Parts: sequence; structure tokens; C-alpha cells
Amino acid sequence: MNTFIIAGLLIVLLGLAYQMGWSKSRALATPNGLRVHSRGQYHGTLVALWTLIPAVLVLAVWAFFSPGVTHWYIVSQIPTDVLTSLDQVGLNQQMQRIRDLASGFGVTGELRPFEQAAGENLARFQLLSFLIMVAAAAGLGILGLLFARRRINARLRARNEVERFISWALIACSAVAILTTLGIVASLVTEAFRFFTYVNPLDFFFGTVWAPRFSSTGAGDAGQYGLLPLLAGTLMISAIAMLVAVPVGLMAAIYLNQYAHANVRRVVKPIIEVLAGIPTIVYGFFALVTVGPFLRDFGTAVGLNISATSALTAGLVMGVMIIPFISSLSDDILNQVPRTLRDGAYGLGATQSETIRNVLLPAALPGIVGAFLLAVSRAIGETMIVVLAAGNAPILRGNPLEPVSTITVSIVNQLTGDTDFTGPQSLVAFALGLTLFIMTLCLNIVALYIVRRFREQYE
Amino acid sequence: MDMLAGKVKMTDQTLSANLDPADMIDHPIRLTARDVTVHYGAKQALHGISIDIPDRAVTAFIGPSGCGKSTFLRCINRMNDTIEGARVGGRIELDGQDIYAPDLDVVELRARVGMVFQKPNPFPKSIYDNVAYGPRIHGLARNKADLDEIVISSLRKAGLFEEVKDRLNEPGTGLSGGQQQRLCIARAIAVGPEVILMDEPCSALDPIATAIIEELIDELRTNYTIVIVTHSMQQAARVSQKTAFFHLGNLIEQGDTEDIFTNPVNKQTQDYIMGRIG
Repeated sequence: MNTFIIAGLLIVLLGLAYQMGWSKSRALATPNGLRVHSRGQYHGTLVALWTLIPAVLVLAVWAFFSPGVTHWYIVSQIPTDVLTSLDQVGLNQQMQRIRDLASGFGVTGELRPFEQAAGENLARFQLLSFLIMVAAAAGLGILGLLFARRRINARLRARNEVERFISWALIACSAVAILTTLGIVASLVTEAFRFFTYVNPLDFFFGTVWAPRFSSTGAGDAGQYGLLPLLAGTLMISAIAMLVAVPVGLMAAIYLNQYAHANVRRVVKPIIEVLAGIPTIVYGFFALVTVGPFLRDFGTAVGLNISATSALTAGLVMGVMIIPFISSLSDDILNQVPRTLRDGAYGLGATQSETIRNVLLPAALPGIVGAFLLAVSRAIGETMIVVLAAGNAPILRGNPLEPVSTITVSIVNQLTGDTDFTGPQSLVAFALGLTLFIMTLCLNIVALYIVRRFREQYE
Repeated sequence: MDMLAGKVKMTDQTLSANLDPADMIDHPIRLTARDVTVHYGAKQALHGISIDIPDRAVTAFIGPSGCGKSTFLRCINRMNDTIEGARVGGRIELDGQDIYAPDLDVVELRARVGMVFQKPNPFPKSIYDNVAYGPRIHGLARNKADLDEIVISSLRKAGLFEEVKDRLNEPGTGLSGGQQQRLCIARAIAVGPEVILMDEPCSALDPIATAIIEELIDELRTNYTIVIVTHSMQQAARVSQKTAFFHLGNLIEQGDTEDIFTNPVNKQTQDYIMGRIG
């Protein structure tokens, strides 16, 4: 409700500001035949920006401080003797009661004498602070408007100023992405360090047994947190996935890029890319319901003992999932190899496959390796397929026909149903997440470095 | 200084080559084209080209951009096959053999008719491997010594050996533009072609590198049939004995270079040579 009022007010104010800037600019231009530096729309936009930015700043400050101020105000409404008798949980409940009274939501149970008054006071306080905030925002906005409008003259470089604002707005948007990343990394690192106060990092990184207890069994029995079984499972499944995806994806890319007729390419390429759009959970139950039983029956037929859920099942299906990723990236990279190189080989009398093997692939190799590394980091971080199809058996062993577990699966297991982040049982998820993050980060950095070096070569 | 001396010498040579009556004697015809047409999709790029190209001489194709000279050049070793939607009609014969015959081996044809491209395009391999590539895929060398021999003699013929003999294992892409283009010529020669097609071989090069390549072309014509596409009329006049003028997909006029440049018959040729079409 309040948000709509504010938004409505802002829009009206902005429209007004734009109109005022625009009309003043027109008034300058028409009668005198003056050469005005910027067109009316830029003056309008500039005035609107000068209105918007102060108003939004006021709103932002209010949004930042108001919870704290409200908190302080509610506490001040609770008599001291009551306050001292409350513990943290009791205080939160008491404050929620006052809030509910103030909002008109109402409370159950008997009203304590101070509560009614506190609720009314809070309601009044909230209304007042809201009005002050709106008035301040509108006032500053209007001040900005008037100031900007006064600045308008024929030589004001409104066009350039709007341009500068746009570039700052774009910088702000990219900063959001970067800051989010930094925030996630920071939280991963701090929580992982909390985990390492419970468990020795050496035991974590080099331990060969993964047997976390649930926190309900008590803090005395923390369990064992050896990373190696999970790491081995992750790497094994990724390796199987790459063994499937690399040859198939690369061949598909070569076919599409070099052999396929334009009409075939137009149809086939989007279809392959649709494969990338299938949700991984769908791949997951495909693995569980179809591929796993098939492999098991196949194993029985040839005398092998293959579990329905195994590293092989998960790896095969994950490989299929990654195929479009590799073929699409490889296709782009093959496209970047200059046509003149191909012509050179054809001109010497090389056949098509000779040209591809001896000229095209060597020239594209760095980029293709980069694509592979990006695909590996996809495979390492993939979760849904392995949750369903890898068998969740965190045991260190080298047989891909048996169930394994991965880092991602263990994160899921440690976090589902237990969100009390106080014991090593759930904190270990952050240590695992950090490990995963560092692995994929390194792979991505190496891959991007290789891809970039390759690009520079041909541009 | 060396370069300048070379340039002066080259000019003398080509002038005398063009004026020497002994050189004007008719060379036997190597390539004949009759009514060659090319379509790219629905667009017709060549309208019935008929021309005879003599052995062991340089034939230049000149004409404004988009006139079809490069398109016709690419018909001679069937490079147009690699372009999707290109269709070639008419008849082209190399030594009396139809190169568009169904049973013709395109790979073998391209070994006989080498090509040098507009932009130097060495493979991302060593200098040695660049030159050795053709002989390797065609199985021209029985052993390493054979291959070394082919590579070195090709680099010599392309006038590049002295400059690169100490760094044959360095990447070909590390050479200067002019050296890269001579490397590409060496690469074409190494396969032992009879005809060499050059598609504006100097358009990406500076004047000194251009002079060196032109001198090289003049030397090569004693052993090879050379067809060169150029947008520079001066270049055509300097290096060629025969010239053909293309305009809008038609072959307007052909003849001895000297005649074309001093006494063109066709009005359009006159206009182009005087710089009025361009």
C-alpha cells in the first residue's frame, strides 16, 4: 500500500519534471531561433533525473534506518520492569505483539496494560515517520527539479550529462553482480572457517571416511568429515561425463560446422541447443528410471554386476546433458577460424577431413580446450542428476559400476531438514561449497585465459 | 639498399620482358575456358567467360571490384566448390582435360593448380611444416631427406630460404606480411603444381614487399603457368604478358598486355585504364 503511494507520487513527480525541463528547453529554442546544445528530451530527462535521484536517496536512507529506529521506539514503549524480566526470545515475542496491535492485526490472549498504549503510539509513530519521509523525499525531489530547471540554458550540455548518468547506471548494475559474488564468497569463507573450528582442516581435506552424524545425536559425536570419497566420486562422474560429451559434442560441432548443408544446420542446431534447456531434474529421473535399470539389466546379461544407481549411470546422463554445451561452444570457436586458412588447405589439394584434422582443429584447439574446461566445471557443479542417479554412497572406491557420492550431493544431504547452523553437521556444507567453488573458479579462470588468448590470435 | 637494387632490376627486366619480341612468340595454350558461368544462389556472377591461358607466362585479370575476376580464378581450381550455393556452368579444360568432368579428382586437380590468396594465410604451424604440408598429404616424399629437399628448394624458389633458414621450426605466423606471402607461395610450389593462381597476392602488402613478390612472379613464370588477379593496373603492366579485362561479370577484352595498355579496342577497357571506371 505504502509502496504504491510512493511509486505513484514518484511517477507523477517525474512526469512533471520531464515536462518542465522539456518546455523550458522549447521556450529557449523557438522564439529566439537559438542554437540549443541539447534537444528538449535531454533537458526533460536531466530535470527528471535531478528529481529522481534525491528522492530515491531519501527513500534508501529511510529504508536502511527505519527498522532500527522502529525497534528502538518499540523497546522504549515497554516499561523498564517488564523489559528486564524478558529474555531475548520473550522480547521478540513482546515486540511482535505490539507490532500486531499497531497494524490492527490484533493479538490473542489478555492485553497487558502497557500494550494497548504502546500499540497506538507505534501506529502513530509509524504514520508520522512515513509522512515525514514522503515529505522529505518529495521536498528534496522538488528542490532538485527547481535547481535543474534553473540550470537550463542554450549552452547546458544536457545530452552529455544524461550520457554520463547512463554510464554510471550501467556501472551500478554490473557492481550488483560483482558485489553479490563477493558477498557469497565472504559468507562461504566465514562459515567454512567456523566449520574448521570444529574439524581439523587436515582431517577434512585428507580424510578418507565420510560419516557425519546428525546433530540430533548430540554434539559429542561429531562424526567424520573426510573429503576424499566425495572428491573421488565427483571426479569419477565428471570424467565419465566428459568421456561421453567430448567426442560426441566435438564431432557434432564439426559435422554442423563443416559438413552439414545450411538447411540441415538451421534445423539441427536449435534442436541440439534445446537439449541444453531440459531441466537437470528431468535428466535426473531419466537416469534413475530408464538408464539405471537398463545398465543393470545389460550388466546381468553380460555377466557384470552394475548397480542401477552408480557413477556410470550418473556420468553417462550427465555427459548427454553436457553435449550441447560442448558442441555449441566448439561450433562458435570453429567459426572463428578464418576462412582463408581452410581455403589454404583446400588450395593445396587437402581433402575435407585432412583440412579439419590438420588445419582447422589445431587452429581451434586452444579455444576448444577452453570449452572443455568450462564443461568440466559444469559437470563438477551439477547436482540434480547425481542426487538421483549416483546412489549416495560416500565410500572411497575406484569402481564406476558401484554407487558413489559427490560433493554436491553431500551438500544437499547436510542441509535438507537441518537448518540449525551451529554444529559441524550443517557447517560442513559451507566447507564443501567453498571447495567446489575454488575448483570451478580455477577451471573457469584457466578456461577463460585460454579462450581469450585464442581470440586475440585471430582478431 | 638491396631491396632498392632489386626493385630497379625488376623494373628493367619486366620492361624488357614486355618489349622483347622473342618473348611475344605464342606460347602453347595450357588452359581453355568456354562460356563459363557462375551463379551464387540466384545471383549470376559470371556471364559466359571464354579465354585461353598460355603456358609459362603470366596472365593478369584486371577490372573493378566485384567484376568477377576472382570468381573466375576460383573456377580454375574448383575452389568455388567449397562455397555453399555456388554453381559453375560451361567448360574449363586443363591440357585438354575437362576439370568439371564427374570422374575428375578435385584433390589431384588442386595439387596441379596451386593457389595463393589475397591475405597471407600460413597455417598455425612451423615454417617447415607449412611448406611440408602439401608434400606430406600427397605422399610426395619417400623419406625425411626427400622432404627436407622439397622444403628447402621450395623456400629457395620463393626467395625466402636465406631469410628463414635458421628458424624453420618457428611458427609461420611470426613472419612479416611479405614473408608470410612468400611462405604461402613456397607452400604452393612444394606440391609441384603446373599452374599457380594468385588472387591479389600483394593487396595486403607494403610497396617493398610487393616489389619483392612481383620480382618473384617474374622468375616463376619460366617454370609455371601463372594467373594473377590484381586491382593494380601498374602491377598487371609490370608482371604480365597477357591481360584480360573483366567488368560486371563479363570478359570485355583480352590480349597481349602491351596491346591492352597501349591500344585498347573496347571503350570500357579504355575508360578503366584511363581511370574512369573504378
